[in-house]
Amino acid sequence: MSDLKADASGFSQPAPTPRTGGIAIATAELSGWKVLLVLALCLAAGKILLPVGMIRPPDWMILPFAAWINAVFDFLRYDLGLLSITRTIADGIEWCLDVTGNLLYGRNRWPHLGPIPWSVLAISFAILGYALGGWKLAVLSGGTLVWIAVMGQWRWAMETLSVIVVAAPLSVLIGMVTGVTAWRWSWFERALNPLLNIAQSMPHFAYMIPVVVFIGVGPKAGAVVTIIFSVPPMIRLTLLGLRKVPEEVVEAGKMNGASQWALLTRVRLPTARSELLLGVNQVIMQCLAMVVLASFIGMPGLGQRLLQMLQALRIGPAFEIGITIVLIAITLDRLSKAWATKKPVHHESGTHWMARHRLWLVWAGFASVAWLVAQVIPYLHEVTRSQALSMAPVIDMSVNWFLTLAAPVTEAIRRFLIIWVLIPFRDAILWLPFTAILVAVAALGWALGGRRSALICLAFMIPIAMTGWWDRAMITVYTVLTAVGLAALVSLPLSVWGAGNATRARRMLLVCDTLQTFPSFIYLIPVVMLFGVSDVAVLAAVMVFAGVPLVRYTIEGLNGIEPEVLEAGQMNGTTWWQALRHIRLPLAFPTILIGFNQSAMFALFMVIIAAFIGTQDLGQEMQRALSATDVGKGLTLGFAVAFLGLMADHLLMRWSRNIHERREARS
Amino acid sequence: MKHRAFLLIGVATMAITTSPALAADSSDPIIIPIHNWSSQIVMSHIVGQMFESLGNSVEFVSADSQSVYEAVRLGDVHLQVEVWEGAFAASFDAARERGGIHAAAVHDAVTREDWWYPTWTKEACPGLPDWQALNECAAMFATPETGDRGRFLGGPVDWLKNDHIRVEALDLNFAVVNAGSAAALWAEVAAAERTNTPIVLFNWTPNFAEAVWPGEFVEFPAWEEGCKACGNPADGYLKIAAWDGMPEKWPGAYDVLTRVSFNNAQIAEMARLVDIEGLDPEDAATAWMEENQDVWQPWVN
Repeated sequence: MSDLKADASGFSQPAPTPRTGGIAIATAELSGWKVLLVLALCLAAGKILLPVGMIRPPDWMILPFAAWINAVFDFLRYDLGLLSITRTIADGIEWCLDVTGNLLYGRNRWPHLGPIPWSVLAISFAILGYALGGWKLAVLSGGTLVWIAVMGQWRWAMETLSVIVVAAPLSVLIGMVTGVTAWRWSWFERALNPLLNIAQSMPHFAYMIPVVVFIGVGPKAGAVVTIIFSVPPMIRLTLLGLRKVPEEVVEAGKMNGASQWALLTRVRLPTARSELLLGVNQVIMQCLAMVVLASFIGMPGLGQRLLQMLQALRIGPAFEIGITIVLIAITLDRLSKAWATKKPVHHESGTHWMARHRLWLVWAGFASVAWLVAQVIPYLHEVTRSQALSMAPVIDMSVNWFLTLAAPVTEAIRRFLIIWVLIPFRDAILWLPFTAILVAVAALGWALGGRRSALICLAFMIPIAMTGWWDRAMITVYTVLTAVGLAALVSLPLSVWGAGNATRARRMLLVCDTLQTFPSFIYLIPVVMLFGVSDVAVLAAVMVFAGVPLVRYTIEGLNGIEPEVLEAGQMNGTTWWQALRHIRLPLAFPTILIGFNQSAMFALFMVIIAAFIGTQDLGQEMQRALSATDVGKGLTLGFAVAFLGLMADHLLMRWSRNIHERREARS
Repeated sequence: MKHRAFLLIGVATMAITTSPALAADSSDPIIIPIHNWSSQIVMSHIVGQMFESLGNSVEFVSADSQSVYEAVRLGDVHLQVEVWEGAFAASFDAARERGGIHAAAVHDAVTREDWWYPTWTKEACPGLPDWQALNECAAMFATPETGDRGRFLGGPVDWLKNDHIRVEALDLNFAVVNAGSAAALWAEVAAAERTNTPIVLFNWTPNFAEAVWPGEFVEFPAWEEGCKACGNPADGYLKIAAWDGMPEKWPGAYDVLTRVSFNNAQIAEMARLVDIEGLDPEDAATAWMEENQDVWQPWVN
């Protein structure tokens, strides 16, 4: 499920930028980056001679972005009266939430029908699963709901779902409308693209603050922030789908005299069906990814409970909730994918009504029986917390066992990493004059993508210097670099081993999916228990997330090599090791680079969340901004993080594309 | 049309049947914010159940413990049952100045937030709880990050504590490392307990941790206004904040709220039910209320 998550996160812009010029310019560029690199080294070496203004951004360079943003927001809120509009929208959303809340968990609101007994919903989901994907899917979806109920998490899960069933359709609708608009008017798309890029690389906390300001707190705020977070992939996939519609299909529509509107709704959108449904799948996945984070601003349900449990150090029950979230994610993912690949059924004319709607009838029958039985047996209506099963003691015991076992090792690891790796690296990065870093970044850009890339990198880095958060941004960079580096040390050998055989590869990808869907907050407590409140704990938590895309893309890259190439190598008598070093790894390298790109993005997101362990980077300030509802500061920090991410994305994607192009030029 | 008539009748019967019970309270739900520590959540549910026994409808939302005062002020949520002097006085006072929020009641409980250690630490450093004795044992608290200096594990930076200033003013041989959340603090204590490692960290009372890990506060020079080399006040207030519109909208519920007052033991018990007994907050509230009828019944009647 999550490979899609990664794909649609949209950091990689497919727009090909043709390289300007031939060999002559290429050599000029080459020497250009060398000059810059030497300059950067000179700046670093001659630090004592530099004026203070070249070591850290001088005061005149630092602009009060936060105050400006706050002024704009105050203007929007009070002078333009946007607040009353957003509150009206929020009231509309709240009305929907009241309805779903009543139906799913019996919130005391109109229509006063709920809560629907869990057994009825479990049967409905099982039948839905059967209709979309047969017995296997029926067992998965029905089983998930039964698990939720017997573990006593029904009400919490329904609180979560009551928000998602409102947020996801709205998100799909908004995404489709925006996507169609962008497809129709290219100027709109041009304006939208950078916005989407930034939105998708901005840490979640950054846009929670404006939501609190304009919407308030509570389930409605949770719904809104979930919509904002999940809409970009829908927009991108709508656009992609509409672009792929073959001209012949449209021509056929035109010949039949269809109007513009009819062409869109009857021809283009149905033809783009599979992309649109993939978009729906993405929206659902993103909604679930927000379950825990959105509870910071009032989203009820599983996320909120999970945080409460962790706060009291009850890892076992928190873990159970984590499992539930993963199960729901897998179920909804498989259901929506099955829906996407299912071809519409056409019955022969004259088929009996009963035959055409057989499954509906079966459903109606089972559901009403379940409903009636539930009225008699309360257990089938609602499993109370005291009746719930729990495996929390077992989980707690195994966690404890693991921690006790690991304690001597972890202390040594912590000491070694802190003293010999982390503190020196961190001090070095903070010691460097900011001008040296800027020039070095430009040199890197130039080396990978020519003068244009150098300028793009500077355009991302200079604003960060101008925010006044330089040191903190550098600590973020240091954490991300170390985390990705260490993650690569572990996951690259692991994935080379994993790629060795198909079953092993499939199992490893499944582990990746699970690790990634598992709510990240749960990792925070065990790593503190292992490594204390320290950078090592932060790294350990970040590494889990940074490693997953590396494993995935490396396996994909290694297994995606055409067999003829490998056979040619075998015929020449290469050893396994030679084949790996000289054929497989180089060929897989562009794909592995994409893995590194994703890895950096995930690490950036996780670093911000690791503020809950205790960091001194941008994330810590972001946490402070969230609790002070400081929109300006939050967004400024958010942009700083987004720019770091976009720069890394630009460099790595450029590099990956260069290799591709060079290879194509050669063949 | 038929539907509308049906609805109207429904509304009318509801209005007739429920209005005498509600006295003059609005039928809109009273929204109570819950935060991320257990005693506050349980107490919110106790207050909520008291309101429900009056016939009010109550809803709970989770909210950030600093920004909640702004939400109370605007009437988005309507009260907050645990305003700690040490942690939230600044946000509370700032919101009060802007208007819309006030203190509806003061708990009997006194609060204290300061440097604290679990008992096994005292075995290693017997001079405790005196702060000078702590300073002499500083090396015992050293970690790889802090080098030779001892580590004091502080709370999250947004709790706005003056630990750095105090370390400087008293010339303590300690470095302050800020944890990012209360959970990180507890995780550290739990890990230290496993290996019997001495640890000194930020803690507060009333709190569930007292029940799990017995311990003591470090005794610094007594608090004085504006003193940099002193401890925190040992008897901070614990108040209930309410929205200014509450007395008018729900006079009955508000009247009860002004009478609510819990003491340290009661609050610690609420936390214990959740954090040690493993009850869910709602069930803990019900259990507590069953046990302590004599405490809350007089407030409601």
